[in-house]
Amino acid sequence: MDSKKASRRKFIKSGAAAAAVGAIQSASGQAQAPAPVKRSLKDEVAYGERSQYVNSIRIAVTDRPSPDEFGLTFHVLTPLQDSVGIITPSALHFVGTHRGAIVPDIKPGDYRFLLHGMVDRPLEFTLEELKRFPSVSRIHFLECLGNRSRAEHKTVQQTTGLTSCTEWTGVLLSVLLKEVGVQKGANWVVSEGSEEVKGAGSIPLAKAMDDCIVAYGQNGEALRPQNGFPVRLIVPGFEGIYNTKWLRRMKVVDKYYMTYNDYGHISKDPKVAALNLRWGPKSVITFPSGGQKLPGRGFYNITGLAWSGGGAVKKVEISFDGGHTWKEAEIRGDVHSFAHTRFGMNWKWDGQECVIMSRCIDELGQVQPTREQVSKVYNKPPDYYHDHGIPGSDNSVVPWKIASDGSVHNGIA
Amino acid sequence: MVLRNLLLLVMVLGLCGLAFAQSPTYGLGKTPTAETIRAWDISIGPDGKELPEGKGSAKEGAPLYAQKCAVCHGKDGYGGRAPQLIKVDAAPAPAPGGKQPPCLSPCIRNETVMGLYSPYATTIWDYINRGMPFGKEQTLTPNEVYALTAFLLYKNGVIPEDQVLDAQSLPQVKMPNRDGYVLPDWKHGMPRPFPNKP
Repeated sequence: MDSKKASRRKFIKSGAAAAAVGAIQSASGQAQAPAPVKRSLKDEVAYGERSQYVNSIRIAVTDRPSPDEFGLTFHVLTPLQDSVGIITPSALHFVGTHRGAIVPDIKPGDYRFLLHGMVDRPLEFTLEELKRFPSVSRIHFLECLGNRSRAEHKTVQQTTGLTSCTEWTGVLLSVLLKEVGVQKGANWVVSEGSEEVKGAGSIPLAKAMDDCIVAYGQNGEALRPQNGFPVRLIVPGFEGIYNTKWLRRMKVVDKYYMTYNDYGHISKDPKVAALNLRWGPKSVITFPSGGQKLPGRGFYNITGLAWSGGGAVKKVEISFDGGHTWKEAEIRGDVHSFAHTRFGMNWKWDGQECVIMSRCIDELGQVQPTREQVSKVYNKPPDYYHDHGIPGSDNSVVPWKIASDGSVHNGIA
Repeated sequence: MVLRNLLLLVMVLGLCGLAFAQSPTYGLGKTPTAETIRAWDISIGPDGKELPEGKGSAKEGAPLYAQKCAVCHGKDGYGGRAPQLIKVDAAPAPAPGGKQPPCLSPCIRNETVMGLYSPYATTIWDYINRGMPFGKEQTLTPNEVYALTAFLLYKNGVIPEDQVLDAQSLPQVKMPNRDGYVLPDWKHGMPRPFPNKP
């Protein structure tokens, strides 16, 4: 045992030494530097590229043809299976658009943001003026209502890839609303984008005054065009569609304005109606997840992401027996409100077939339900939601089945 | 002179009053002209108070639909490559052996066509006006938008063929789903109304 430890230490030491000089041992024992990476001047100086060996990419949604009948890509999924930490690289952020990937080309100098309606002093701002306000930088997830796991999905990118997490920088909407002076009787705020359809949505004034951000920064740089350049709205914890991209106008109004986007999301069922505003507690295991393969029995770091529209993640639990018993996972990293939160658990796989799944418990005490629990709420047979979409925003538990050969599969059905 | 002083006094008092109510802290941004706001503001609320002058009926809407909408939405309002607009008694069956494709939000099917499901006719006017026709958005005149709205409402059995819609009559249209929704509620720290402790 001791000698084993010693040799391991020696191995680590020599490995560390090799790494320190950035070299590998050649057969002759002399250090030999790897060939340098071939880089363009643009890459080397102006804007760095990732390693040619890193090939994690987004894919278009697989639930409908893409490009669609109009030649447009509809929604694009983040490769959660490759994610580490909690920040989604801007280039890998998911994309959801109103009706196809039409991205308006807005010159920053031409940009104007109009804030009006039931206010004392309507104002229009340039991008430069927005940047002169006191700024905040906050880490928040975004998630599209279309993020619904289905039995036919092979990977976590397909089951859950319509969510990403970003450090957003901008001015609090409440600061701008105080600047224009909201009048008595106002209850809702309608926001509108600059894209071809001028996509609009309504949020409660209480939320607008609470923690929404008129954002121009994404992970330390300007927003990406697909994510709303130059300015978008961030409504923490709410469905993606309310986070209006290419924000051009907000109007303070007295009542629910029932825009096209709002109407598509309404419901007669009070339960579903409320589920369609903010996300519930949600989580998913990203490793091991569908399409991956465990090379054999032994130690693994189970890891995944948890988040909630209710605020901060309080606890994440993992089940190995189909959701009968749950063990608390470790939170590995910082916990932010309305943000992806990294969790993990040390695990020794015994080589037996098993099903693993995670559930999130948030600061409000809300618990992420299994599909069977959702079925009970809506008075459906236990397996009903194996091949039906879950009403409202789907925050059901995603199970992964690990076969005895180590291959990992969707465990929904 | 006295008048000027009085005027000054009024202005100062006015300013104080404003400052007392709620004054801008940063003084950034500029005041838009009423014309700028009118040009930018395309939101139509359920009361229809922003609706422009103009009018139209389903009779005028039919040829417009055929000319500008049918190419994507189908000549009868369904079966096109764009979402269904008109309810049909026999919905087109899925391909043999196939199942209905999953519908990403907002999902339009027979029972959720806009002309039936939207609680307010103003929503239809607003959306046609801001988003149609695809590729030529915001080119329709108010008369055309009124006529197309009337056409969709008529084809879905909501209004008669000869009913003229304008800024006064459009918000009065009683939509079949007017009471068919619950206003989403939100307060800081409010859990969702879902059994959260399984």
